[in-house]
Amino acid sequence: MLTLEHFLTVGALLFCLGLVIALSKRNAIGVLMGIELMLNSVNLTLIAFSRFSDGPAEIAGHAFVAFIITVAAAEAAVALALAVAVYRSRQTVEVDQLDLLKL
Amino acid sequence: MSELDIVGPQLAILLAAGAVLVWDALLPTQRKALPYIALAGILGAAIWTSTWVIRGDFQTAFDGTFAIDQYAVFFQYVFAGITAIVVIASIDWVDRVGRRQSEYFALVLTASAGLMFLAGARDLITIFLALELSSIPQYILAGWGKDQRSSEAGMKYLLLGAIASALLLYGMALLYGFAGSTLLTDISAAISEHGADNRSLLVVASVLLIAGFGFKMAVVPFQMWVPDVYQGAPTPVAAFLSVGSKAAAFAVVMRLFFEGLGEQFLSNDWAMIFAVIAAVSMTLGNVFAIVQRDIKRMLGYSSIAQAGNFMIGLAAISILGEQFVQGASGVLLFVAAYAFTNLGAFIAVIGISQRIGSDDIADYAGMWRRAPLLALALAICLISLAGIPPTAGFWAKLYVFNAGIQADLVWLVIIGVLNSVISAYYYLAVVRQMFLGEADEEKRLAVSPTVGVALGVATVGVIVFGIIPTPLVDAAREAAAIFAVS
Repeated sequence: MLTLEHFLTVGALLFCLGLVIALSKRNAIGVLMGIELMLNSVNLTLIAFSRFSDGPAEIAGHAFVAFIITVAAAEAAVALALAVAVYRSRQTVEVDQLDLLKL
Repeated sequence: MSELDIVGPQLAILLAAGAVLVWDALLPTQRKALPYIALAGILGAAIWTSTWVIRGDFQTAFDGTFAIDQYAVFFQYVFAGITAIVVIASIDWVDRVGRRQSEYFALVLTASAGLMFLAGARDLITIFLALELSSIPQYILAGWGKDQRSSEAGMKYLLLGAIASALLLYGMALLYGFAGSTLLTDISAAISEHGADNRSLLVVASVLLIAGFGFKMAVVPFQMWVPDVYQGAPTPVAAFLSVGSKAAAFAVVMRLFFEGLGEQFLSNDWAMIFAVIAAVSMTLGNVFAIVQRDIKRMLGYSSIAQAGNFMIGLAAISILGEQFVQGASGVLLFVAAYAFTNLGAFIAVIGISQRIGSDDIADYAGMWRRAPLLALALAICLISLAGIPPTAGFWAKLYVFNAGIQADLVWLVIIGVLNSVISAYYYLAVVRQMFLGEADEEKRLAVSPTVGVALGVATVGVIVFGIIPTPLVDAAREAAAIFAVS
């Protein structure tokens, strides 16, 4: 029998994995994938909470997830556009090579 | 219909954003009108907000997820003012860049509508959406410039901003799971009912929320993007980022933490977090600002230190509890004073740097003889940032420090005062450079009239509220009073 704890554990693990990826990857696209993983673990957590609660609260969790998916898509679109802009001028999207802005 | 009335100011601004785009598509030869359409939208929003003040009939809309009250009204005025000044200051710069002008103004307006939604949001979903509505246009704007630095700044801002949003969302998910609702009032009720048994969960959630908003407020340890983005982004955009998103983040943090998580046993926990963040932000920001040679980077680090000053107010409010209003009005006063002072400083930098083609502080030498008015305005704004009378910044600091002392945070106030001394050193170093330094050339700088207007409004505001602070103090007190009842 799957309980709320199982879902929350998976969600927390995915979130930590995503955070580690986002902070350690050097490629901007890799960082972006880590962020997507974090957002999706939040979605999983929200859905699990609303599945295991009763009453009107259920809908709020679902609505929240729908909004997160939409915003994540918008953010990814802007991120990829900026990645293309950076790549055009620098021929790289490695984050640690983007070092024009220094003291 | 009445609910649309409540979000009227935001709708007016979004309508102007659409109008700017349509105007550009239909009348591509009449580009000069674009900023004035934007200004008309902002004026409409300010007038609409004023009708709420006159009507005095404050209420919530959309099932309690959005409120119009004195607090929201206060911030809507601040945001309308910020956006108007940014638009006016951008006219000259946008004209020079000469491409995609309508998109620039449309994005500024959209971000501004997001900031205004944040001021009234009383629901986790609304807060998240309003935050992203203001953030995503700002990411694009940071990468707006033609050079490599700008797109690099946009990229860094977006990646770090998205990580911060994800942390924030996880905190919100935990709160939702605990309370079974996304409404701040429901969360508050759930916490007072059985919050004590779930203290660790609530602390984890608050830490995640602080991390997410800390990024927007640019406090240590979430400040690493600030100097890079301020230096790389186009200067008008940097001006907008430095005041707009910071003020909005403080607005929403106060509402979220004091309306949603205001229970006393919990607030003592995060008062300490706020106090430590305040001390570290002020110290690190000021120490790094001293060694900067680029004026935009210097303003970036100084804005981190200023965020630390805001945090003193937040920490004080958490401890004060019942005498909440005093600390809260201090923070609001600081937000308003900081917004116009920092805008003024950035606009003066726009005016000077565009003409001399450099952001190097050393190149500001002798600016007093080359552009007297610009130099004078920049000096006034820097003096206000340092908190020296007779400027608005002095009163703001006075009120925040006073709130800190009321809350027995004497150690924090001492650190704050010491930091003010450090900050005066590097602010006044720029002033000294401008007035006493020897210029390489004596050529006078021409100042565009629009930059002059924007700078004039900001600087006169700083002086007027420095000499007669009472109206602003009263407005801040009234806005903060809405929390006292709940």
